[in-house]
Amino acid sequence: MAAPKFEIPTLKEVSEVPRVQEGAMAHVQSFVAAAPIQQAIGFPGELVENWEQKAIEKMGDLLGKYRSFKVYLDACVHCGACTDKCHYFLGTGDPNNMPVARQELVRKVYRRHFTFAGKYFPKLVGAVDLTKDVLDKWYTYYNQCSECRRCSVFCPYGIDTAEITMAAKEILDSIGYGQKYTNEIVGKVQRIGNNLGLPGPALEDTLEGLEEDIEADTGVKVRLPLDQKGAEVLLVTPSADFFSEPHVESLIGYAKVFHAAGVSWTLSSHASEAGNFGLFIGNYETMRNIALRIREAALELGVKRIIVGECGHAWRVAYSFWNTLAGIGAGANDPFAVELQQQLDPRYPAPQHICEFTYDLLKRGVIKVDKSANDHRVITYHDSCNVARASRMGDMPGGQFVIPREVIKMVANNFQDMEADTIHESTFCCGGGGGLLTDDLMELRVKGALPRMEALKRVVDGQQVNFMATICAICKAQFSKVLPYYGFDMGMVGGVHQLVSTAIQLEQKE
Amino acid sequence: MPTIEVNGKSYETDEEGYLINLGEWNEDVGAYLAIEEKVEMTPSHWEVVNFLREYYNDYQIAPAIRVLTKAIGKKLGAEKGNSKYLYELFPYGPAKQACKIAGLPKPTGCI
Repeated sequence: MAAPKFEIPTLKEVSEVPRVQEGAMAHVQSFVAAAPIQQAIGFPGELVENWEQKAIEKMGDLLGKYRSFKVYLDACVHCGACTDKCHYFLGTGDPNNMPVARQELVRKVYRRHFTFAGKYFPKLVGAVDLTKDVLDKWYTYYNQCSECRRCSVFCPYGIDTAEITMAAKEILDSIGYGQKYTNEIVGKVQRIGNNLGLPGPALEDTLEGLEEDIEADTGVKVRLPLDQKGAEVLLVTPSADFFSEPHVESLIGYAKVFHAAGVSWTLSSHASEAGNFGLFIGNYETMRNIALRIREAALELGVKRIIVGECGHAWRVAYSFWNTLAGIGAGANDPFAVELQQQLDPRYPAPQHICEFTYDLLKRGVIKVDKSANDHRVITYHDSCNVARASRMGDMPGGQFVIPREVIKMVANNFQDMEADTIHESTFCCGGGGGLLTDDLMELRVKGALPRMEALKRVVDGQQVNFMATICAICKAQFSKVLPYYGFDMGMVGGVHQLVSTAIQLEQKE
Repeated sequence: MPTIEVNGKSYETDEEGYLINLGEWNEDVGAYLAIEEKVEMTPSHWEVVNFLREYYNDYQIAPAIRVLTKAIGKKLGAEKGNSKYLYELFPYGPAKQACKIAGLPKPTGCI
C-alpha cells in the first residue's frame, strides 16, 4: 500500500474549470467484488454468460419500477449546466466525469433499446448497443460518482444523476459485476450488524474503555450503555464512531450530552450501524434488510425514541426512507411497523438527528457549556451532501444547514463559513462518498477533494480557520486521509459533537 | 488469487495484499509485508503488530484506535499512547497498514 503515484492538483486562489482531458481517469478502477462477496448478498458471483440480455432486462425492470429513472433518462436536453458542477470533473478534467456525459453512458443504451428512434435509427440519435467496452465504462465511471447530487441542484430539469448511478450499479450487480468495497460492507452489516464487522464482545470492550477514558479526562462517570432494555433512546450511529479518530470524539460527545441531559439511552449490538450502503448500490432489498435491523433492535429494547448519530447518508435513509422501509415514522403498515409506531413517543420526531437533540437541549439551557473551551479553534462547517441535499432537520426549511451551525455557535466563539457557492445546497462532496471511500480509488478521492480543499484554503488563509466540523463518518475519514495531500493537518477535521464534547459541563450523577 | 513468496513458501493474499489465511502468518511473513509497505520494523512496531494479533485472536476484529493507543501506552510508555505516535510508526494509518503487516484482514467501513 505504498502511496500511489499521481499528480496532486495545486490549490488555486480562484477555482478554475479545468481543461478537458479525454480518458484522464480511465485507468482508475475500483476492485471488482469476488464471487463470495457477491453471492453473500444475493448477486451472481461473476459476470453472467448472457450479461447483455440480462442487463437490458434489468434496465427494463427498473424503468417499470422507478418512474423517476425513466423521466431522468428522457428529460435531459444536454444544456450543459451540470458540466462544471461535479467535484470529480473539476478535480480530474475527465469529460466522462461531467454529469451529463456520465449519465449518457446509460442513456445511449436506454435509447437503443427503449425508444423508437433508437431502435430503428440508432446512429441518428446516438444510441449504442451494450458492448463489453460500454459495460466496462459503466463500471469505471459509475464508480467515480459519489451520488452527491450537486449537479442536480443546477439542472434546470432537476435530473438526479445519483439515481442514474444507483440504477447502473444495480444493473451491474445483477449481472455479477459489483464493486468490492461496497458489497463486502453490505454483506458484513447483514452478517455482523455493522460495516466494520465489529462483533458484540469487541463493541462492549471498546465502550468500557471509552467510559474509563472519559472518567480519566473529566473525573465524571459517563456511561456508554449497550443493549440496555427499557432505555428511553436508541442511538444508532456509524460504526466508525467506535473505531476511528476523529469519529470517536463525537461518540464521546453524544454520551456526554445524554449524561448531562439525564436522558437514558442505549446502543444496540444488533443495530450497531447507522450507515446503509444499500442506498449506494440502489438495491431496495438490501437497503430494507439493513434498515430492518434497527426496527428489530428498537422493538427488542422497548425504546421510546430513535436518534441517529453523525452519518450523512444514514440520515438521508433515516429521514427520507425509514418510514416505509422499516416503519420508523409513519408510513409502513405491517404489524411490526404498527407495533413500533405505537411504542415510539409521538412527541418527538422519529427518527431524530443528534444535532436536533443537542440543539434543543442547548436552547432550553438543559445542558451547560463553557464556550471558551473551544477558543483555540476557528471553526468552519462542511455540509455533507446527503444531509444538505436529501434531508432536513428541525421544523423549518433549511434546518439541516442552520441547526448544525447553531450548535457549533452555541459551544464555540469562533465560527467562519466558507464561500456561499461551496456550502448549504451547493456544498461540495468530500470526495469519498457513495461507496468510493476505498484505497483503490485514492487518486479519485484526492483529486475529487480539490474544490472543497480550495474553499477551505481560502478561509484558512483569510480567516485563520483551523478546524472543519462535519457530521458524516465518510467525510471525516476521507478528509483525515486527503488533507495531508494538500498540506493541511489531518487533525483539522472533526465532528460537531467533538466540539460539544470539548465545551460541555458535566456533573457527577448516580 | 495473488500470492506472495516468503522463504520458498507461497501465501495467498487478496487484491490489496492482505493475507487470506490469518493462521499462516509468521514473523518472516510480517517482515516481508512490512518491506512491501516500506515500513522499517523496530521493536515498537512489533509491539503493535503483536498486540493486534492478540486482540484479533480474542475478538475477531482489530482493536479500535482508542483501545490500541491505550494498550501501547501501557506497554511503551504513556507518551506513546496516542494516535500521532502510531502514525509515526505506520504512516498510512495504524488500522490499515499495521493490520496488513500483522496478517489481519483489512478493516472496512467509513474509516
